[in-house]
Amino acid sequence: MNRINQKLQENKKLLSIYFTAGYPSLNDTVSIIQNLEASGVDMIEIGLPFSDPLADGPTIQASSTQALKNGMTTEILFNQLSDIRKSVSIPLIIMGYFNPVLQYGVEAFCKKCEEIGIDGLIIPDLPVDVYHEKYQGIFEKHGLINVFLITPQTSIERINFIDSVSKGFIYMVSSASVTGSQSGFGDDQKHYFKRIFDMGLKNPQIVGFGINNSTTFNQATEFSKGAIIGSAFIKFLNDNPVDNIQQFVKSIR
Amino acid sequence: MNYNVNEKGYYGEFGGAFIPEMLYPNVEELRQKYLKVMAEPDFKKEFDQLLKDYVGRPSPLYFAKRLSEKYNTKIYLKREDLNHTGAHKINNTIGQILMAKRLGKTRIIAETGAGQHGVATATVCALMGLECIVYMGEIDIARQAPNVARMKMLGATVMPAKSGSRTLKDATNEAIRDWINNPVDTHYIIGSAIGPHPYPDMVTRFQSVISEEIKWQLKEQEGRENPDYVVACIGGGSNAAGTYYHFLHEENVNIIAVEAAGLGVDTGESAATSVLGKEGIIHGCKTLLMQTNDGQITEPYSISAGLDYPGVGPMHAHLCKTGRAEFMAMTDDEAMKAGLELCKLEGIIPAIESSHALAIFEQKKFNPDDVVVVSLSGRGDKDLQNYIDYFKL
Ligand SMILES: Cc1ncc(COP(=O)(O)O)c(C=O)c1O
Repeated sequence: MNRINQKLQENKKLLSIYFTAGYPSLNDTVSIIQNLEASGVDMIEIGLPFSDPLADGPTIQASSTQALKNGMTTEILFNQLSDIRKSVSIPLIIMGYFNPVLQYGVEAFCKKCEEIGIDGLIIPDLPVDVYHEKYQGIFEKHGLINVFLITPQTSIERINFIDSVSKGFIYMVSSASVTGSQSGFGDDQKHYFKRIFDMGLKNPQIVGFGINNSTTFNQATEFSKGAIIGSAFIKFLNDNPVDNIQQFVKSIR
Repeated sequence: MNYNVNEKGYYGEFGGAFIPEMLYPNVEELRQKYLKVMAEPDFKKEFDQLLKDYVGRPSPLYFAKRLSEKYNTKIYLKREDLNHTGAHKINNTIGQILMAKRLGKTRIIAETGAGQHGVATATVCALMGLECIVYMGEIDIARQAPNVARMKMLGATVMPAKSGSRTLKDATNEAIRDWINNPVDTHYIIGSAIGPHPYPDMVTRFQSVISEEIKWQLKEQEGRENPDYVVACIGGGSNAAGTYYHFLHEENVNIIAVEAAGLGVDTGESAATSVLGKEGIIHGCKTLLMQTNDGQITEPYSISAGLDYPGVGPMHAHLCKTGRAEFMAMTDDEAMKAGLELCKLEGIIPAIESSHALAIFEQKKFNPDDVVVVSLSGRGDKDLQNYIDYFKL
């Protein structure tokens, strides 16, 4: 069974952390992952940096720009991760934009992920329709779970379609926004979280965007299986050494 | 071969809508409604009326006698430079502002490089009384001060794009992020035949008034609707798409697309996407774009800010791949020289973008009785400082 599906069966709220590979330094990737696992994080999203990250706010943009300046490439990331399964056992997801994947070759990319022991992908600009028509077979052949986003504006019909194509969890974007743009959740969001919960989808939901502390983590997971933290963690890394990651994770739960 | 968009939003293998889910409801609403709205009699009436009374259409199709003599062929200039605001960009912004109103949107966003599209958008927002926010790269703001001032006078807010390379591509990213953050009340007026479906097709249709007019104007002047050649410069490809549109399936009309070679195609300082680009995804569509082997989008260079875009619209990628259009690339020097020549021979100061299209006559020989229609996409007022610096005037 895929590590993501196994993890989702655990009887707890999941904490997933996003970081941009190659940031703050090119070779921090492995030690960030190891520190996150040692701190009790349930799942990790490894960001493959892109020059034009459309869905990201200033914090993740800046980390991507810096990572590329540091020399990060798809090949280097794969090399850094080649032995990761010797030391890390929690689910690992690569999050990146579609163009770098296309240039690597979708099949070659998926094959490499399988070899390394990557469990899933999040590609925000690969729409579910295109995935379903063209790429689902390739992803599944290599044991990869592809994760789709929904937002407060996503129609019921489309949520049901996304649920039918998904094989792991649904990434529930907390509000209509790019990453990192909010502080705290209001009634609108709580209604939305509850509304989706009440749909009784076959895939559990994990909330992302705008989670930055234990309060927002608890709010986000009241009606969902877990939450993803990205920008807040990148900000922490701006000011703190990788060895202090435990401090950040402890502040969340 | 079909050169128009198919029902799935593709030109051959190019196009589509590679957008984050956050944009899906807006883009999908537009996809479902744009053709219906454009076909409504009162939409057409309002669009045509504004093009006539406000923009000043039809734009003349001018037989450039002295230029023709020099190159020993028949050269016609489609005078988009005479439009209100000085370029073809306004054809699209008029269409899209009427679309936005029919979709019930109250807030307009746009991206701009040189500022021409920003000015055209600010203009129609003033005309319709809608809020207007224009994203512009920090570097472009510094080098296009007059257009920044125009936008402000017209009531628009100019937002500096501070990410990435701080030019057009990043301004487009910022506009898209704004749309993600404002999914309900906002319409995004894209300025070229780029972006996710249905944008390339919608922009092309609004610009197709150019070739529609060329047909009847040429009939009046030459006794035939079809020229032997249509020529246009390509940034994202909106003036080109409009100039080609009614000739795409006329096999005896040759299509020439002119890109900016910058300092030269092989110098690393160029915007010749058809030569230097590879298939990939930029701003929501699959097309040809300039990128590293790793799929990172690279920064183009051209003296002309309007051609300084690392991709081309998907329609043009298809025209290139199928060989329907001949692609040529003109350097800064070739374009500047052709621009000055038009001033001297015809008394017309062209936009530097348009000068790239004019530069082909030094390189490509035409027959004396060939009819060659060149899209004069804009006037050179905005480029005065560039011309002054370049020619030390
Ligand atoms: C006068 C003029 N011509 C051409 C262009 C290039 O755009 P497009 O390729 O969309 O026509 C611009 C863009 O700013 C322009 O201002």
